[in-house]
Parts: sequence; structure tokens; C-alpha cells
Amino acid sequence: MERKVVFRGKALPLALLAPQLLITIVFFFWPAGQAVWFSFLRQDAFGIRSTFVGLENFTDLFADPLYLETIRNTVVFSTGVTVIALATALLLAVLADRQIRGSGAYRTLLIWPYAIAPAVAAVLWIFLFHPQIGLVGRALNGAGIPWDYKLNGNQAMLMVILASAWKQVSYNFIFFLAGLQSIPKSVLEAAAIDGARPAYRFWTITFPLLSPTTFFLLVVNLVYAFFDTFGVIDALTKGGPAKATETLIYRAYVDGRVNLDIGLSSAQSVVLMLVVIALTAIQFRFIERRVHY
Amino acid sequence: MSTTETTRGLALPAEAAPHRQGPRPDWVAHAVLLLGVLLFFLPIWIVLMGSTHDAATIGRGEVPLLPGGHALENYRAALEQGGAGVPVGRMLFNSTVMALAIAVGKIAISIISAYAVVFFRFPFRQLAFWSIFITLMLPVEVRIFPTFKVVSDLGLVNTYAGLIIPIIASATATLLFRQFFLTIPDEFVEAAKMDGAGPVRFFLDVVLPLSRTNMAALFVILFVYGWNQYLWPLLVATSADVETIVIGMVKMIGSEANTDWNIVMATCVLALLPPVAVVVLMQRWFVKGLTETEK
Repeated sequence: MERKVVFRGKALPLALLAPQLLITIVFFFWPAGQAVWFSFLRQDAFGIRSTFVGLENFTDLFADPLYLETIRNTVVFSTGVTVIALATALLLAVLADRQIRGSGAYRTLLIWPYAIAPAVAAVLWIFLFHPQIGLVGRALNGAGIPWDYKLNGNQAMLMVILASAWKQVSYNFIFFLAGLQSIPKSVLEAAAIDGARPAYRFWTITFPLLSPTTFFLLVVNLVYAFFDTFGVIDALTKGGPAKATETLIYRAYVDGRVNLDIGLSSAQSVVLMLVVIALTAIQFRFIERRVHY
Repeated sequence: MSTTETTRGLALPAEAAPHRQGPRPDWVAHAVLLLGVLLFFLPIWIVLMGSTHDAATIGRGEVPLLPGGHALENYRAALEQGGAGVPVGRMLFNSTVMALAIAVGKIAISIISAYAVVFFRFPFRQLAFWSIFITLMLPVEVRIFPTFKVVSDLGLVNTYAGLIIPIIASATATLLFRQFFLTIPDEFVEAAKMDGAGPVRFFLDVVLPLSRTNMAALFVILFVYGWNQYLWPLLVATSADVETIVIGMVKMIGSEANTDWNIVMATCVLALLPPVAVVVLMQRWFVKGLTETEK
């Protein structure tokens, strides 16, 4: 899409674009290029000289059983977060969309968790599930169910999934509700007149019509689980116990920050970059197609 | 036409008419929604109540669900002394500066670049637009160490500039403004030209006032984004002067054995209050903006 009537001049538009482009080049393109370049280099033990090693960082990475374990963790984590956050939000949105009394109030009461930082969500969950000072954690231990997410890897994974999903529900809720409200009521009425029961109406009419929203949220939630949940993991488990909750992004951080292995960390950055590019491409391809309908 | 009106005139089986489903389904809906609301309020309630008790009560594991009598001293201790040496008052100030600068900066930078791309023709216009667009695929998390190196070479580590400038470019905001600018009728531009108004005048007198709703919506989303930053400040802001409250709060838990949980809880309340207040108070613009921005 283009405007027909425009202003004349070349200096002004370039001046207006300058701040954004300058930041983009200095802090986005240059570092991203560096990450790609470093991923082909290896530094010696003293960090003085680096040599070109081709794809060796990548082959090392994928030969490392710990890295494969990290990939597995990331898949379990992202799937868990996405499924729980989407299903809970859809259920709440469908109920809030019905013409019941106070549906507006429910909307307000369910929207605000959007504002909570992932790390703050994690701290809130500490006070629920900490084995000694948490409400639920203590109750579990008191009931004879041994609960300590700092020792048990599976419990730690469950904790970070739940805390991350909890924070994401309200975002999904907002979109599902907007999606539901844009479905023409006449379609549902027609089905009701034909005698279709509510559950049948939902699965045959509402859910298919909602699929663009669902698909969009699926990608957004995956991106969230991959990248924005760093704070949850750092605040709750620091990737532990025994790397049980170490995701791709956390591992890249640890290798760069703690182990100071720039080559290996850059190779991981490149892997993550490919993941984002793939997810964004899928999303835009899909939106493009929807426009053509 | 409402559901009730459509179905009233027809003799329908009771089950099929939505308005005649009876009280039971509504009751179930209310119960589930209330449960959902409770699920979100309970953790906040626990932290809010815990922040009014002394450290010993929480350390013993007696999770208080009712207010105690130590609210004032806990919040004062947090704000003035803090946990790991940095007063929470200072952290709140830093987070406010960061969130406001990011929100206002992103809006300002994006609105002028979108204006340039939409209302002018110049060489490399498409290239400029696509370079901004493509940053969507380069979140700070995937280029973290090289970006840190650039910031450190520029001497910006532990400065507000270092915290803010590297994440102030915004593809999302630019896309939103571009989309909106394309809907401004050509007649407006022609009328302005006829009146002898140049591009700057047109921007200030027509485009800016028309963009108010979009700016308000973006402000909410970007304020929350800026306030909730984690990985970037964790790397770039290591000194007490520029520590943000989200990072500071997590650092307080560092050594668990001697954590003052009541102070952590007070800090937690202070950390979540400003962004929640912004979202609740500006809810109308926020919901509209969010669902329009991201699609």
C-alpha cells in the first residue's frame, strides 16, 4: 500500500529516519553480524588469538549430550507453557464472552496480570510453592508428599512451566476475547435454531472461526516461552537442579557470561536467531495468506 | 438483533435456545471465572499480606492470610535500606526512568520514521523500511553478548543511556504508525498543501493529534515492556546506581538462608504496582492497542 499524495524533499525524511536507523545498525545489525562471525571462530585458552574453525562450534554443540538435553528441556518447557496458557485463557474467554452478568468485571479482573514481569511472577510463585515458606509447598510436605523444587528436577520443571504460563494467560485471554467478540452472533444463532448443543456449536463453529487468533497466539506463546521466560528461570531455579530447567536461552547466557566461551555462545545465538526467523516467517506467511481470503 | 429476540417467536426445544439454558450453566460459568480470578489474586494477596508481617513469622512458614502490624516498618526498611545494599527507593526511581524513557523514546523515534516512510518518496525508502522491519527477528536475547560488547566499547555500561538506547528502536511501533498513517485521507494532505503548510506543520497540526489513541495504547504496552526488562539490565546495569527493581528483588533472594522474606515481599509489591496501575488505569486504550498492534 502506498500514499498517492506525498510531500517533497529528501533531507527531511532521511533526518527523521536517522535515529531509528542508527540504533538499528549499531545495536542490531552490527551485533547480530558479530554473533554470526564469532560463531565461526575459536579463541585460544588465554582469549588472545582466535582462529577460523568453520562449523566446528556448531558440530561441537550438537555433539554435546548436555546441549541435546537442553533442547529437550526447551521443547518440554515451551510445549507445557503454550498448551497450559492457551487452554486456560480460551476457557476463561469463552465463559467471559457469554452474556452473563458481570462479564465486564471479569474482564477487568483477568487483564491486569499482563503487567507482571516474568521474574516477579516467579517470586510470587516462590511464596506459593517454596517447600518451607510457601503456602502450597508446605501443605504438600505436611500431607506427606515430598515437595522441593530445588532438589527435584521434575518438580522444578513443573514450577517454571506453571509460573511462566500463569503470567501469559491474561495476554491470551485478551486476544481470545477480542476474537470471540468478532464472530458474528447470527452464525451461532442459526446453529442454535438448528438444535446444535453448546459444546457442538463451540467445536464446529466457534473454534474453527477462532483459528487465526489461536494460530497467532501459538507463535507468540512459543516466542515468549523461548525468550521472555529467562527471568522466571533465573529467579526460580537458575537452570537447576542439575541443569533440569536449563533452556536454550539460559544455556547461551551461562556459556557467554559464566564460562566466557564466546565462540560456543555465539553459535547458540545463531541457532536461536534461526528459531526466531523461522517462527516470524511462519507467522507472516500465515497472515499474508489470511489477507488473500 | 439479540439472541432473545430471534428465538422468542419460534417454538424451540428448550436446550437449543441459549437464553433458556436455565441458571445452571451460568452458575458454572461464574464459578469457573471466579476460580480463574482467584488463581490470579491469591499469589498477590499472599505477598501483600506477607509484607505486613515481621521476618520471623514468614521464616517459620506460617503463611499469613490476614494483615499484620508491620506494614509501615517493612516498607520503610525496603525503601530506605533495601536488601543487598541498594535502597528500593533508588531501584524504583531507576525502573521509572527506564520504563518512561523506553516508552516515550520508542514512540517518538517510531512515529517520525513511520512519517518519513509513508509521506515521502526518497531513494532507499523500501530498504530503510525493511531494515527496521527485520529487527523483529533479532530480539535482544539472541545477540546479547555482541550487543553488550558494543555498549561497553561505547563506555555505556552502568549508565541510563546503556540501559535504554540499545532497546529503543521499535519495529512494532513503526509498523503500527505506518499502518495508521496509510489510512489518513489524501484530502487532508492536499488541503494542507493548499494552505501552504509544509510537512513539519502537517505533522504537528494533523498527524500528531490524530495519533493520540495509538500513542496512548503504545505507551501502556511499552511502559510495561520497559519496566519488566530482565536480561538486558542484568548484563548492563551491574552497579547499584542503575539497578532496576525487578533485578534488585531477585538479587535479594540470592542467599536464601538469611533472606528477609518480609522485605522481599514488600519489594515485590512495589515492583508490580506501577505497571499494573498503568494497565488498569489505561485499560480502554491498552486492549484496543494490543489487539491492533500485534496483528
